[in-house]
Amino acid sequence: MIMGRWLGLLLARLAQAVPVLLVVAALAWALGLVAGDPLAATVGLDATAAERAAAAARLGLDRPLPEQYARFLLRAAQGDFGISTRLARPVGPLIAERLPATVELAGVAFLLSLAIGIVGGVVAAVWRRAATTRLLMVGTLVGMSVPTFLTGTLLILLFSAELRILPSFGRGQVVALGGWTTGLLTPGGLAALVLPATTLAIFQSALLLRLVRAGMIEALASDHIRFARARGLAGAVVLRIALMNALVPVVSAASMQLGTLVAFSVVTESVFQWPGVGQLLVQSVAAADVPVIAAYLVLVAVLFLAINLAADLLSVAIDPRLRVVDGARRWRTSPT
Amino acid sequence: MADIADMKAESLGIGARVAGALLAVIVLAVVAAPVLAPQDPFDIASLRLFDSLSPPAILDGGLMPFPLGSDGQGRDVLSAMLYGARLSFLVGALAILMAALIGVPVGIAAGYAGGVLDVALMRLADAQLAVPSILLALLADGVARALLPRSWLEASAIPILVAAIGLARWPHFARVVRTGARLHRGRDYVSAARLIGLGNFDIALDHVLPNVAGTVLVVAAVSLGLAVMDEATLSFLGVGLPVTRPSLGTLIRLGSDYLLSGEWWVVVFPALALAVPVILANIVADGLRDRLDPRARPSERLRA
Repeated sequence: MIMGRWLGLLLARLAQAVPVLLVVAALAWALGLVAGDPLAATVGLDATAAERAAAAARLGLDRPLPEQYARFLLRAAQGDFGISTRLARPVGPLIAERLPATVELAGVAFLLSLAIGIVGGVVAAVWRRAATTRLLMVGTLVGMSVPTFLTGTLLILLFSAELRILPSFGRGQVVALGGWTTGLLTPGGLAALVLPATTLAIFQSALLLRLVRAGMIEALASDHIRFARARGLAGAVVLRIALMNALVPVVSAASMQLGTLVAFSVVTESVFQWPGVGQLLVQSVAAADVPVIAAYLVLVAVLFLAINLAADLLSVAIDPRLRVVDGARRWRTSPT
Repeated sequence: MADIADMKAESLGIGARVAGALLAVIVLAVVAAPVLAPQDPFDIASLRLFDSLSPPAILDGGLMPFPLGSDGQGRDVLSAMLYGARLSFLVGALAILMAALIGVPVGIAAGYAGGVLDVALMRLADAQLAVPSILLALLADGVARALLPRSWLEASAIPILVAAIGLARWPHFARVVRTGARLHRGRDYVSAARLIGLGNFDIALDHVLPNVAGTVLVVAAVSLGLAVMDEATLSFLGVGLPVTRPSLGTLIRLGSDYLLSGEWWVVVFPALALAVPVILANIVADGLRDRLDPRARPSERLRA
């Protein structure tokens, strides 16, 4: 029965995702058509009319627009987004070789913020009135108000310029594993990861901490937790049950955070000159490199749709109430 | 839904009121920048290259025309900060105005008309809300840069930024206005207005809009600090305001070149000029939100 629900959810979500993807892809395609001047990119600006016509025929630009769009979709599905005007290289491999750096940075930051957010949130909910908890909550407000690029800049000032204990730019030494490069296996690579990952995690952990705390306070006050306590269940068991209830909104928030991490990795990568996809995007925007911007547009759409889907499936896995209650009624409407 | 008449100052917490007062002082100082600033930082003739990178005046080696020190081009850091904050606040305010000008009509149309239009518009808003606004603003900025001729880019930096941030933030307005419009659609006075023969447009303008105005103001207040942060981030990334007319974000980017060589004042003062008003604005916005929706969780408020 659970499998059936999951399958239904999966299919419903996929059906909603396809139109969104088609619209975003149309945007990316139109951008390339209007602003990219793919003809000038292939034959140069001083080509004769005949050369331009030949190139147009070769590129399929003399075809009706719907057919061109279909071709764009077909090539995009194979990872072919044309050639970067700034670097004169195919966009697909360009992004692929920078992906490991971004995935490692965002992944480490995500785990870091989850750990800080959940542990801190539970502590802040259990010792609600402690002075340290109040201080922690003020700290989270500041952490959420300071822009990411500023956090990074100040961390560099402190740890690289004053204390001189951590590197301020680059990935350090990386090891190639097949097509993947990793900085997680060398001391230099790990040291280089500390400041960017912390910068990226600060805002996320502040947000998660507040969410977990609010959810835990609500869950600890609910009837079934009070009943469990009254039955004499051990404190740790009660906490675990309460945390499971509190985690449902956290899962959807954490998934949004995963998206936010990708967005702010753009900023962090620029601060720390981290050779990832985000830095590539900023350089491409500055140079109006249309094929890269278009590819990123589609990539972001795919990523966010996938994240939302994963979050929905995970929510069902965590909270037993979601499996019983009719799918349309979410956890908020169920009696707690 | 709080009406604007309910939003008396006394109902705000003491923290929010103090923050609001401090913020007002800062905004006044920034508006009065031409009077307060020792130097016009946009005037190349006033730059004093020989006195570049001199430390704040109270430190050893500090020179008096530079109370907070000078940067790598011999620009007074205090003056650059005041003028930079002026640009940052201006872009932030215009961007929020644009977001409201898109979001409010969309919200009223969706909430008042309902049906297919409502579903379509709100789907669009939801889809856009799923993606962080800074990423959208960056992509919109990239599109604008691709569409405009290169020679226009520097002159049109402010309109590009305003459009990029405004386009990224309209769904917040559309969402709350739609809720308000739906609430008022069924009220007796709307039916009465229809009975006396007013058209949909007139009803929306004369009866629905005034009722959602308070909510719109609160959303604008909440969004303002975020829009200023968006501007600073884009300028920091080098796709915002140019070096010749630096905003706070541009100043911090330029200053970060001196991070490792010890000239900390070039970065730290502009950073404070950005962070302090944004933190104050967030405290005020938090207080306003409490008034509007006492049940909203603190964690759901910031940087939505």
